[in-house]
Amino acid sequence: MSTPTDAAAAAALSAHEQRTARIEKSLRRRHAAERRFRAFGLAAVIAGLSFVAILFASILSRGLPAFWQATLSVDVYFDPEVIKVSDRPVRGAREAPGAFHERTMAWRTELAMVNWNRLLEDSVIRLKPELEDSRRDVRALFTSSERFRLRDRVIEDPSLIGKTVRMNLLADANVDVWLRGNIDRSLPDSQQQLRARVRELADKLHEEGVIAIRFSRALFTNPDSRSSPASSGLAGAFMGSLFMMLIVIFLSVPVAVASAIYLEEFAPKNRMTDLIEVNINNLAAVPSIVFGLLGAAVFINWIKLPLSAPLVGGLVLSLMTLPTVIIATRAALKAIPPSIRQAALGLGASKVQTVFHHVLPLARPGILTGSIIGVAQALGETAPLLLIGMSAFVANIPSTPLEQSTALPVQIYLWQGNELRNFFEARTSAAIIVLLGLMISLNALAIWLRRKFEVRW
Amino acid sequence: MADMTAEPISKPKPAFETLRAPAAEPGVAKMSARDVRVFYGETEAIKGVSIDIMQNEVIAFIGPSGCGKSTFLRALNRMNDTIEGCRVTGSVTLDGKNIYDPSLDVVLLRAQVGMVFQKPNPFPKSIYDNIAYGPRIHGLVSHRSELDEIVEQSLRRAGLWNEVKDRLHQPGTGLSGGQQQRLCIARAIAVSPQMILMDEPCSALDPIATAKIEELINELSAQYTIAIVTHSMQQAARVSHRTAYFHLGDLIEVNATDKVFTQPDHELTEAYITGRFG
Amino acid sequence: MSNLVLIAVLLALTAVAYQIGLSRSRVLAGGGRGSSRLHSRPGYYGALVALWCALPAFAIFIVWSWIEPLIVRSMLLADFPGVAEMSSHQLDALMRRLHSIATGFVDPATVQPAEAEAAARMQHLQAIGQTAKIGLMAVFAIVGLLYARSRLAPELRARNQVEKVTRIALAVCSGIAILTTVGIVLSMFGEAMRFFSFVSPLDFFFGTKWDPRFSSVGTGAVGSFGLLPLLAGTLLVSAIALLVAVPIGLMTAIYMSEYAPAWFRSFAKPVIEVLAGIPTIVYGVFALLIVGPFFASVGEMIGVQIRATSALTAGFVMGVMIIPFVSSLSDDIITQVPRSLRDGSLGLGATRSETIRKVVLPAALPGIVGAFLLAASRAIGETMIVVLAAGNSPLLHANPLEAVSTVTVSIVNQLTGDTDFASPQSLVAFALGLTLFVITLGLNVVALYIVRKYREQYE
Repeated sequence: MSTPTDAAAAAALSAHEQRTARIEKSLRRRHAAERRFRAFGLAAVIAGLSFVAILFASILSRGLPAFWQATLSVDVYFDPEVIKVSDRPVRGAREAPGAFHERTMAWRTELAMVNWNRLLEDSVIRLKPELEDSRRDVRALFTSSERFRLRDRVIEDPSLIGKTVRMNLLADANVDVWLRGNIDRSLPDSQQQLRARVRELADKLHEEGVIAIRFSRALFTNPDSRSSPASSGLAGAFMGSLFMMLIVIFLSVPVAVASAIYLEEFAPKNRMTDLIEVNINNLAAVPSIVFGLLGAAVFINWIKLPLSAPLVGGLVLSLMTLPTVIIATRAALKAIPPSIRQAALGLGASKVQTVFHHVLPLARPGILTGSIIGVAQALGETAPLLLIGMSAFVANIPSTPLEQSTALPVQIYLWQGNELRNFFEARTSAAIIVLLGLMISLNALAIWLRRKFEVRW
Repeated sequence: MADMTAEPISKPKPAFETLRAPAAEPGVAKMSARDVRVFYGETEAIKGVSIDIMQNEVIAFIGPSGCGKSTFLRALNRMNDTIEGCRVTGSVTLDGKNIYDPSLDVVLLRAQVGMVFQKPNPFPKSIYDNIAYGPRIHGLVSHRSELDEIVEQSLRRAGLWNEVKDRLHQPGTGLSGGQQQRLCIARAIAVSPQMILMDEPCSALDPIATAKIEELINELSAQYTIAIVTHSMQQAARVSHRTAYFHLGDLIEVNATDKVFTQPDHELTEAYITGRFG
Repeated sequence: MSNLVLIAVLLALTAVAYQIGLSRSRVLAGGGRGSSRLHSRPGYYGALVALWCALPAFAIFIVWSWIEPLIVRSMLLADFPGVAEMSSHQLDALMRRLHSIATGFVDPATVQPAEAEAAARMQHLQAIGQTAKIGLMAVFAIVGLLYARSRLAPELRARNQVEKVTRIALAVCSGIAILTTVGIVLSMFGEAMRFFSFVSPLDFFFGTKWDPRFSSVGTGAVGSFGLLPLLAGTLLVSAIALLVAVPIGLMTAIYMSEYAPAWFRSFAKPVIEVLAGIPTIVYGVFALLIVGPFFASVGEMIGVQIRATSALTAGFVMGVMIIPFVSSLSDDIITQVPRSLRDGSLGLGATRSETIRKVVLPAALPGIVGAFLLAASRAIGETMIVVLAAGNSPLLHANPLEAVSTVTVSIVNQLTGDTDFASPQSLVAFALGLTLFVITLGLNVVALYIVRKYREQYE
């Protein structure tokens, strides 16, 4: 080869090597940046995962112990000398409801006059006769609602009078707190919740096994209670939530599915339906508290429905769930390929027949999943319910959707504000465990249904 | 027609220039593949291909659709690495160095072996920033003036300079299809690769744009080694020095383009070029 | 006959009507074989008769049940002594008392003669009303049934008519969704306007003091109703939440889509999604019991006074709640950036992080801004976390370590408890709600518009 080309070639070669060297120099820095970026990403994911872990671990660790409560296991003798009541009134054939009602009230008054506490105290004193002089202290061991439990058992079964029954009776909340060490034992008497003698008695009975920390179903079976915190439970809240969820399922889901069907299959594609779609998307993003305001203004103030009733709560939650289920149903309907519809129409089916006989059955899994998820979300909502009056204390289990009631998330809210913090912190966490358990089951059901019926187009 | 007039004598020599690849002795392979197999999961898409690509040649890969030409092309700059589940065995060497060696930096490799894709894919940035992207990330320039040089040189080489010199800061996506593809070629040239891989670069373009690009390929071949996948036999005949025929993942024949299209050695090649199957 | 029984009877009658229509149509077809003579399948004829039977009767039921109590009430109260001076609350109470007297649950000794008379009359009127209702419904149901049956013929396009009713029913249902929005806007607007009759809008929107003392009835507007401290609190908490959620959420999305191996993705994604399903009250308790004290003790260690319930606590936990929201939105948006752009960048020799930072993210920017706005809207509307964990101090300041009060907290505070609905203290909740609604709506609309424009770019 001639020299100029050689020289040019050599020059090009060295320039090339220069270029490559320049690139190589930057490589280290760039790869370090790559590693940092990647590490940042991994750190973010790990942060998210650890938040989940910390949340669940802390709630579980605080809440699980609340399912075990200090309980006295004693023999209760239904002393006929103490329980002096007449027989339960039975309604006469021609008796007016008002008159019968009066008689029942009188009988109940009799029952109320019975000194049930004495029966409770006796059950312990029988074991330790020396406590005869400190009845007051013994009484303080029991939570105040247990005397009503005895009364209710006699109402149910009057033949108990004269018999002895072994019962597990809940100890007072402060006894529970004391025995579990949730209160600093070294605090002086003025800062303790229990009198010194009661505390001693509790320790002694605990050593002897009369009082033990046992699994208690009180959390599940009892309604809320102000006077007897140890026996406060979620039953009332659960029924309230149940009524509301039923209303949501029977009101919101059909209306939402019908709306979605109309909007997706029948409505003409014009500006109006566009506007409706935008409207629904926006509704889905409206803060839940605004729905509470709507409920307060329209349902309570204008239509004058009863305050704090599950009916109102159910209506408000239904309105909130509408957009979610509409969007989920529309997505399920959109996922079905047009070929199905065209095949049906081609065979001579009408639009309505195509939709109800062909499209809808195929969309069923998606609709089901979306509805369950919507209901699960509604189950956990608190703010709108507070605005329709559910922030008050309700002591009984509602039997109809029109009675005053509370709901699971609201109950959690009420409990966390209770003054008896050592006791109610754990109980609140336990209530959260119940709520989360319900929601996780619902979501798991939804996911299982989706997997089972999933059709891949 | 690309504008490749020489600069007027009064203009000072540029401080920086997109390089021409060094000429090597004739007969030395720029890139050699030996028994390359590419697997997508369990499926073997490329079944043991061995081929040499010579310095400064234009080699065309032809074959019916789905025969693995693009897959093989992507194996040459390790773009298959970005596909999950894709595995490559065998060896591919660039200037004697195995590019699948774990110690080799993929980033460096791709700066040396550039790629132009089927559908033009300019970044949603200005024309200037599109070209400047490569040099910037590789740290090739330290002054704005050097970058300006590279941008101008690349655009000139790609035959696009006169059409866009007044609107360098407008978005690259605002150009026509043919212009976008030339922009992508300019972008690839800006990092001064030694080899350019082109994966059906004209399939999304109209005939006039296609013609311009083919002219461009002819000119670029003086400085770069080019491997081009094409489904058009006529295009292969127009631009390439050698042609390789692929069939269902196997390399059937590699020869000078004239020979492949007039007297192919293998009967499958002949069947394809005479149109017995497409 | 109680309402429930009445509805049950109507349903039974409807079922009978269906059966009548069904068998009649079969007869018209000339026996089982001839059903091809009919325009529609026999079931549709049955459905048509059933609809004619049920719908008019049901309409009567609804209208009558709504109007009857109003008519009875006005008839009773017209003659009742002392009605003119009573407030609407007292009138409601009177009606309830009359109802209890009529059902025998009030001690006879306390009943006034006028009340007794009114109660008796009420029972009488209600009995008449109920009988009339039943009668009318029965008449309409049967007439409807007979009419429809008489019109049955093979050429009758029963299916079309039934389907038309179906379509109307579907359309009505979708109308309810719109009605909801209208209802929200109107009701809140109405109540907010009533509020503004007590307190001027300028004082509300630009006031810097929030101190709505609970007044007893009749003292009018006592206290200050300035929005700014609440707005400041809302913005502070939301800003902290976004500061936590956006980096973590965005980087999570990037890592999951670009770097994570498939097994990691399939395990980590659902776990992080769990964060989205946890009710906000749980987050609130979590913040109150665990996060707050944690921050307070950290503060102690470094010598800074951090309150356990503060904007920081609430904002942090709110941020954790929003992480999956940001993450899944970002994931959607990033995967919409076409692969070809990524390939182009990688083909030039860029590293993955360079590709993401310099090509993918800038291309995805409008979508990410939209996601950011949506997340902000979510944070602004959040209630329970702030109620429990932000303290309750509606002062205008910018210190995240101190307690704040937000718009949502104030809404809850003003409307819970026994309050007179007509006082400004309660009505301000609606003004607050309206403000909240407008802000979140504005953010959502802008965000969805940006995201839609962005999607169109790539389709």
